[in-house]
Amino acid sequence: MKNSMTRPLLFTAAIAGSLSLYSLVGKPVLAPDPNNAGLKLPAGFGALVVAETGGRARHLTVTPEGNIYVKLNRPKDGKGILELHPAATGKATVTGGFGGYGGTGIYAKDGYLYASSDEEVFRYKLDAKGEVTNPAQPEKIVTGLLNRGEHESKSIVLDNAGNLYVNIGAYSNSCQGKDRQKGSMGIANCPLLDSAGGIWQFRADKAGQTYGTGTRFATGLRNVVGLDWNAQNNQLFVMQHGRDQLHDIFPEMYDTKQSAELPAECMYALSKGANAGWPFLYYDPAKHEKILAPEYGGDGQKLADPKYLEPAAAYPAHMAPDGLLFYTGTMFPEKYRNGAFIAFHGSWNRAPEPQKGYYVVFQPFKDGKPNGQWEVFADNFAGSPEKLASGRADHKPCGLAQGPDGSLYVSDDKAGTIYRIMYTKK
Amino acid sequence: MKQTLLILAVLAGCSPAAFAQKKPTPKATSATSVPTAAVLKGRAVYTQYCLTCHQADGGGVDGMNPPLTKTDYVLGDKTRLTKVLLNGLQGQDINGEEYHNVMPSQDYLNDQQMADVLTYVRNSFGNKASAVTAAEVKAVRATNKK
Ligand code: HEC
Repeated sequence: MKNSMTRPLLFTAAIAGSLSLYSLVGKPVLAPDPNNAGLKLPAGFGALVVAETGGRARHLTVTPEGNIYVKLNRPKDGKGILELHPAATGKATVTGGFGGYGGTGIYAKDGYLYASSDEEVFRYKLDAKGEVTNPAQPEKIVTGLLNRGEHESKSIVLDNAGNLYVNIGAYSNSCQGKDRQKGSMGIANCPLLDSAGGIWQFRADKAGQTYGTGTRFATGLRNVVGLDWNAQNNQLFVMQHGRDQLHDIFPEMYDTKQSAELPAECMYALSKGANAGWPFLYYDPAKHEKILAPEYGGDGQKLADPKYLEPAAAYPAHMAPDGLLFYTGTMFPEKYRNGAFIAFHGSWNRAPEPQKGYYVVFQPFKDGKPNGQWEVFADNFAGSPEKLASGRADHKPCGLAQGPDGSLYVSDDKAGTIYRIMYTKK
Repeated sequence: MKQTLLILAVLAGCSPAAFAQKKPTPKATSATSVPTAAVLKGRAVYTQYCLTCHQADGGGVDGMNPPLTKTDYVLGDKTRLTKVLLNGLQGQDINGEEYHNVMPSQDYLNDQQMADVLTYVRNSFGNKASAVTAAEVKAVRATNKK
């Protein structure tokens, strides 16, 4: 009797207590970290660290329900894909993982999660909560893709017509007889382009596809890591990693300074059958010309055959664009809508010149085409000017994804940090 | 690590002794005190031919080019090390890490240049190991099977 009397009383007291506490502390709200996660951002933007995964976080994707899936380059504790559920504050802990393979590509679309190893593409079913229902038994959509160690990552994206696009990087710098060897000339017609150095198209819903059943959608692309579908004009855009080592291979034609500034990292707008011209040419960002590669008879001046695709935009050499995202959200101001964010992982092949990159760039677009000068959007992933110049960066931005509220997520494959960038100005 | 130490100890023990048979040296020099001239010349070779990939600090590039700081290759067997330059290297894990770039053959370097650059690498970036001589490189090159 006594008990049944006091219990409800206690209970009410407890509720009253927690309510007053609640009003004192306030509801947990989404807010940037006091130091904006160490990033330098345009006015009005803030950033927070969603999680420190400690893994080599390559690409990432966010479901409409807000679940974050991160693809690791190398499995951590047997998990190649990490699952994060952010709390109301935006902070998350790794709640699970699956997929015991390393890789780069991950992309969620229409109730499925696609992920790639360096040879295959898998597909998982997502339920109404954005949870994977078959973590141990994904469908194998594509198998047997070439992986010879160099330019091994297979990035992926889908269009709106049920097609899957996969990058198959060339296992070579410039298709020399001996890869990266000083003075070695290019192999005639570069036969490796038959199975690599391009973008292959597959059906997104059909298991067991490989080279024979896919289509070489575009060729002459040395290595692509960042790619995205532009829904405004229904076109695939890719970021090519330009060739390295012009000076090392042809020291009599290029000095170390020229080698650091050549060639541009290029964005290409692809249509079926496009040929961007690697290894026969490179793009000179100062001359705005396609130059015949020295491996194929070039001298640093001779122009390449004009039949090859013109880049849609060009960026400084060797900065390694690893992520591309068309921003379709409404959280950021109008100027960002339908424009492109590009994650530049950061250079190494500029040495002995100072390194560059380690930032996220914004490229304005109009009517599905680059329009106007690009600008640095999120900077200081490196941590300091010295770390930037030496290439000993604390963080290396790699993947980009858009959250359901329009936040921009960035992954880092150096320290494994997951960032969320928000527009905070009211 | 143990192995490397052992090799170093053996080297330190052996080479001055071998030297001493011909010409007794007044001051016992340890094997790790290497000719400064070789290191200086080796640095020039490094800057010209290795720095882009292995970087100025010898720290390499994550996942691309391995560091030259205290690796088994750098501090270990000189024949194996010399062969990395002669033949290049690809697809080998270095101290448990994968690297996705290609080390091209550096066989255009002459014996002296190879000896100098290896001596430099073995005595820079925190490394300390015996010098590599042109005669040693020559011997490895003569028997090198690609
Ligand atoms: C094109 C880039 C490149 C250049 C130039 C280059 N290397 Fe390498 N080097 C590599 C790569 C990549 C590996 C690892 C290959 C592997 O993992 O199988 C390597 C491996 C090595 C190794 C053995 C592994 C280790 O880290 O101890 C040594 C020693 C080495 N290089 C020294 C040199 C020297 C000395 C030069 C200049 C004469 C040079 N390299 C030039 C890319 C390069």
